[in-house]
Amino acid sequence: MSILIIAEHDNSQLKPETAKLAGAASKLNSDVHVLIVGDVSDDVVSKAAKLHGVSKVLVASHEVYAHQLAENTADLVVSVAQGYSHVLAAATTTGKNFMPRVAALLDVEQISDITDIAADNTFVRPIYAGNAIATVKSEETIHILTVRTSAFDAVPDDGSADIVQLDTVIPSAHSVFVSASLTESERPELTAADVIISGGRGMQSGDNFSLLEGIADKLGAAIGASRAAVDAGFVPNDMQVGQTGKIVAPQLYIAVGISGAIQHLAGMKDSKVIVAINKDEEAPIFQVADYGLVGDLFDILPQFEQAL
Amino acid sequence: MKILVPVKRVIDYNVKVRVKADESGVDLTNAKMALNPFCEIAVEEAVRLKEKGVANEIVVVSIGDKACQEQLRTALALGADRAVHIEADPQLSSLHVAKLLHKLYEQEAPQLVILGKQSIDSDNNQTGQMLAALTGLPQGTFASEVVIEGNKINVTREVDGGLQTVTLTLPAIVTTDLRLNEPRYASLPNIMKAKRKPMDVKTAAEFGVDLTSKVHVVNVAPPAQRQGGVKVADVAELIAKLKNEAKVIS
Ligand SMILES: Cc1cc2nc3c(=O)[nH]c(=O)nc-3n(C[C@H](O)[C@H](O)[C@H](O)COP(=O)(O)OP(=O)(O)OC[C@H]3O[C@@H](n4cnc5c(N)ncnc54)[C@H](O)[C@@H]3O)c2cc1C
Ligand SMILES: Nc1ncnc2c1ncn2[C@@H]1O[C@H](COP(=O)(O)O)[C@@H](O)[C@H]1O
Repeated sequence: MSILIIAEHDNSQLKPETAKLAGAASKLNSDVHVLIVGDVSDDVVSKAAKLHGVSKVLVASHEVYAHQLAENTADLVVSVAQGYSHVLAAATTTGKNFMPRVAALLDVEQISDITDIAADNTFVRPIYAGNAIATVKSEETIHILTVRTSAFDAVPDDGSADIVQLDTVIPSAHSVFVSASLTESERPELTAADVIISGGRGMQSGDNFSLLEGIADKLGAAIGASRAAVDAGFVPNDMQVGQTGKIVAPQLYIAVGISGAIQHLAGMKDSKVIVAINKDEEAPIFQVADYGLVGDLFDILPQFEQAL
Repeated sequence: MKILVPVKRVIDYNVKVRVKADESGVDLTNAKMALNPFCEIAVEEAVRLKEKGVANEIVVVSIGDKACQEQLRTALALGADRAVHIEADPQLSSLHVAKLLHKLYEQEAPQLVILGKQSIDSDNNQTGQMLAALTGLPQGTFASEVVIEGNKINVTREVDGGLQTVTLTLPAIVTTDLRLNEPRYASLPNIMKAKRKPMDVKTAAEFGVDLTSKVHVVNVAPPAQRQGGVKVADVAELIAKLKNEAKVIS
């Protein structure tokens, strides 16, 4: 049986999560198909068709799917899902929104946020904010999975899949898109960045995040934040890293003025190298940091930027 | 308008959880338990809607063993009007919780169901969406603002790129994100009053839902521990380490 992955995209571009979903699917040693739901550019489709290991790309492109609302997206996925052994979506706010709906419509228990595939029916996932790692075995005949993409490698783009257009149009009657206010940034996305520098409550204000920007520019880094920094209104919500924000695993994560609460660690402790800058030498962040620098961030950050 | 708020009893978010030595699960013996933080936000939102005159009745429900009545009392002290305890295994999967809630939804016929977006123990983030599917209702997940106008609800959602607003036709399902509101503390008089508010106890069997799970835990292990790192003296040493030892910057 084949595996279906649901493409992550923003209509104009295929997101890097999709290649990582294909990476996760490749562990299952079977034929992989991609389903694209949206109102998408040709570029999204042609990029998906190049993903290594993918033999077919199903495209449901219509304005009714432009905002990937959960209601009609789930109905569409269900109409396609029959006959697949596994359906995988990224554990992003999009995947988390429609996928449990798919699972319930299929009467299947979903397994959320998998970080490894141990066997066709056995999956690994963190629970309790990553303080425990559960391995679960499922007897379902179709596995509905959301995937923590930071835990999987992307496949290369050397493939050439067949493209099949779907003409199922499912309107969304009771749920209507009104508006979006999306953060525009020249920087890499948090979930795709190799380097992240994050600020916490210790930054004291949104203006002070400019101290991180100079460093981010030099390192090509994305900028993140703790919940406290978001709640205090220093920065927007989409910058939050943690159990209930974004889960990241960059090569280098620099935590500045962040104490290291378990909910924050849940989102970044799989980073390859962690640096902590904090004036409190007892801060829990130092227990996970490879390199800790004790001191006042307002002294350290300008020196750091200068030295790079 | 009636609002239904499903709430879950979970380990307190401040407790450092430990995995049992036999790796069969997490050790909850004597652990401090609490209302799931997202459910607390859900209760608070319902109470605010009642205070604004939009809602007139708030029913809270929890599915679990007898102990979860403690969290239902907390929700009553925060301002819910009555509680339903559905006695069942506290470890039910989200699908089974959603199926029981679906049955209760049919009995209670609320205009709005507000759930937490996620339980902080299972970290599933499924139940609200599943309930929406089973009831065939529209959903507004990860809400940071809700506004009700007539038979519509506008939900502003926290999404990966920023914020998105959708309009749903009631009845609808909403799940809460952290910034929807800041929950109040229950006052002593309200805690006393809550003891006299009605609590209906039902068993899962009464609802005729098959609760056998197809997903089994093989084991629960502690996460890989990070090697303890080192403290560096200054910025120059930090940069040298990042370049030459970790080789993550050039
Ligand atoms: C259900 C739930 C979910 C949550 N989800 C998340 C989540 O996803 N992500 C998240 O981050 N949090 C989350 N939290 C919140 C979490 O528990 C912490 O409250 C939060 O991470 C603290 O943020 P902080 O480290 O920035 O602030 P604080 O804990 O206040 O730490 C500030 C740090 O800055 C240091 N500092 C201050 N001034 C300076 C200076 N001049 N120079 C150097 N250092 C300085 C201090 O020593 C301190 O260590 C969640 C909480 C709950 C209950
Ligand atoms: N056993 C339960 N009893 C009542 N509500 C629950 C239960 N489990 C989950 N919920 C609700 O569903 C939300 C999301 O939970 P979950 O899908 O398990 O992450 C919670 O915040 C609760 O509102």
